[in-house]
Amino acid sequence: MADIDRDTLLDIYTRTMKVNRTDEKFRSLLMQGKVAVMYYCVRGQELVSAAAMTALRDEDYVVCTYRGQGEQTAKGIPAEKWWAECLGKVTGTCKGKGGTMHITHPEKGIMVTTGVVGSGLPIANGLAMASQNTGDGKVTMVSFGDGAANIGAFHEALNMAQLYKLPVVFLCQNNRYGEHTAFADHTQSESIYGRAAGYGMKGVRVDGNDVFAMYHAAKDAVDRARAGEGPTLIEAMCYRMMGHFFGADFSYMPKEHLAEMQREDPLPKLRAVMLEHQFTEVELDAIVAGIDAEIDEAVAKALAADPPGPEELQIDVFEKVPA
Amino acid sequence: MGEITMAQALNRAIDEAMAEDSGVFCLGEDVGAKQGGGVFKVTAGLTEKYGEHRIRATPISETAIVGAAVGAALAGQRPIAEIMLMNFVGVCMDQIVNHAAKLRFMSGGQTNVPLVIRTTTGVGVGFGGQHSDMLEAWFAHVAGLHVVTPSNAADAQGLMRASIDCNDPVIFIENILCYGLKSQDPGPGYRVPLGKAAVAREGSDISVITYGRTVLDALAVASELANEGISVEVIDLRSIAPYDEETVLASVRKTGRALTLHEAVRPFGTGAEIAANIQEKCWDSLKGPVRRIGGTFSPVPFASVLEQAWIPNKQQIVDQIKASMGRG
Ligand SMILES: Cc1ncc(C[n+]2csc(CCOP(=O)(O)OP(=O)(O)O)c2C)c(N)n1
Repeated sequence: MADIDRDTLLDIYTRTMKVNRTDEKFRSLLMQGKVAVMYYCVRGQELVSAAAMTALRDEDYVVCTYRGQGEQTAKGIPAEKWWAECLGKVTGTCKGKGGTMHITHPEKGIMVTTGVVGSGLPIANGLAMASQNTGDGKVTMVSFGDGAANIGAFHEALNMAQLYKLPVVFLCQNNRYGEHTAFADHTQSESIYGRAAGYGMKGVRVDGNDVFAMYHAAKDAVDRARAGEGPTLIEAMCYRMMGHFFGADFSYMPKEHLAEMQREDPLPKLRAVMLEHQFTEVELDAIVAGIDAEIDEAVAKALAADPPGPEELQIDVFEKVPA
Repeated sequence: MGEITMAQALNRAIDEAMAEDSGVFCLGEDVGAKQGGGVFKVTAGLTEKYGEHRIRATPISETAIVGAAVGAALAGQRPIAEIMLMNFVGVCMDQIVNHAAKLRFMSGGQTNVPLVIRTTTGVGVGFGGQHSDMLEAWFAHVAGLHVVTPSNAADAQGLMRASIDCNDPVIFIENILCYGLKSQDPGPGYRVPLGKAAVAREGSDISVITYGRTVLDALAVASELANEGISVEVIDLRSIAPYDEETVLASVRKTGRALTLHEAVRPFGTGAEIAANIQEKCWDSLKGPVRRIGGTFSPVPFASVLEQAWIPNKQQIVDQIKASMGRG
């Protein structure tokens, strides 16, 4: 696998740690009872989102799911706005009206976060169709889980995307579970990426814990899309190291498998790669410390911010607010 | 100016919008030139003018069609998606209800979905149970959607232009039996504002509040009853949601009697909502209970005798009006 230049590597590292530190912080706040909201952990999937978002340009579009913290923070939603939204505050990206499952921030290309499994794929096609119509050169990436690949919308969207050669990248994060159901118990085909062939589309499977493989897979797909060569289905193999959402039971996840997957943890692996590339412990720690400080400040501000006022119920239903 | 059919009127509205704004494009099954310009020819001739990127003939994938329209709308385009027949909206309800309708709200106004979903339906063509339903109440019940249906060609043109202009999602229902109806040509650039009802006929004894094809029945009955000295006011809502409450209430305050009428089944229909609102807000002006007429509460049948028995008919309208007047 080809190497990655040092700037890009550092970029991926920084984004990965942003995702990870945000996840850690969220879980600690929930554990201490300081906040009580739905949160879908991304522990174990940090690198997949970070590497994929690094392959995109700032102006490119992203559609993600309730488990979208990785895409959202790695694509660059400012911590302050992100946290305020998750805590339902008027200072949030969506004035507290979207919440953890519905984060939108067009400034950073995060166009939709959907709570309906699989429904992001057709919408991503539409964003890509707009780019194709206008020639704006943007690429759309849509992230979803392995469970989503069994929804009808997945199949309709892949067929349509390939038919029109849309500049879209389908990123399946195969974390081996759809809620409580293991991959083998919901899918009989051996892979998700293999289904691309059924639509005449390029499909690739990649080790989502390997920074080189993950970044190159994403970059190749983005480059192809931007060059007008059409969509790609990426299946990034990873592992959801926690329950479906924070606090959910995960006794159904076999302990041995969890232990095995913990040995594949992308974070120590990435750190080792960084050290191999002559980044120092001190440098890397400083990056994490900077991220932590930023998150702490964002959380403090979010906790102190006001919730939206009741008048917001009438606002944004339609363009015109009823008199 | 001459006359124009509803199908021509819709075609013209779309054509004009496409000519003026390169962000307007159509997508749907069979809409392209190769497929003959749409099952009801509403998009005929447009591929030749605007090319296959702006008249996209799609696979049979309702979710992908509406999803793509939602995405393109989010990116600032103005898609017009066609769902060949209204019953097939069942296939793409997620995209309409969870996404198109809610993204403006859930994003706190950062994004919006300027999308028109055109669809067609109607009882009386022998299509049977899975191709004939009026499902407007499904959509009227969801916050964030405009629901529109024209009863004549001129309105069809004007409402379509206004729907394309609208920065929110619009469900645009076309009644198959109305495509051939002719109106005085309203000329180019004609618009009918959304949310504004028409007083299709003025009267002083009773207000019939209706929309779509049943407006024609109401008007016919109104002419008939005029001979018997009953003066019927016919309100054509045009926009079912949000509807023109002001015009409806003003009419009922004037006449003191109201009848809601629609082709969709009666229970839980939009007529029930309007009737309830009238009772609440016009109680003092009412001379009797608000009456409701809707289709029979059964699937739409195939055999034409049954189909005709299913759909609200003129006699029912006459009977209800007379009963309301105490002349039953
Ligand atoms: C259409 C739909 N059905 C069911 C659900 C409930 N649900 C939420 S998440 C989930 C599992 C999805 O698994 P997957 O697509 O693998 O994504 P992951 O949670 O692993 O990221 C289910 C069934 C839903 N949100 N949407």
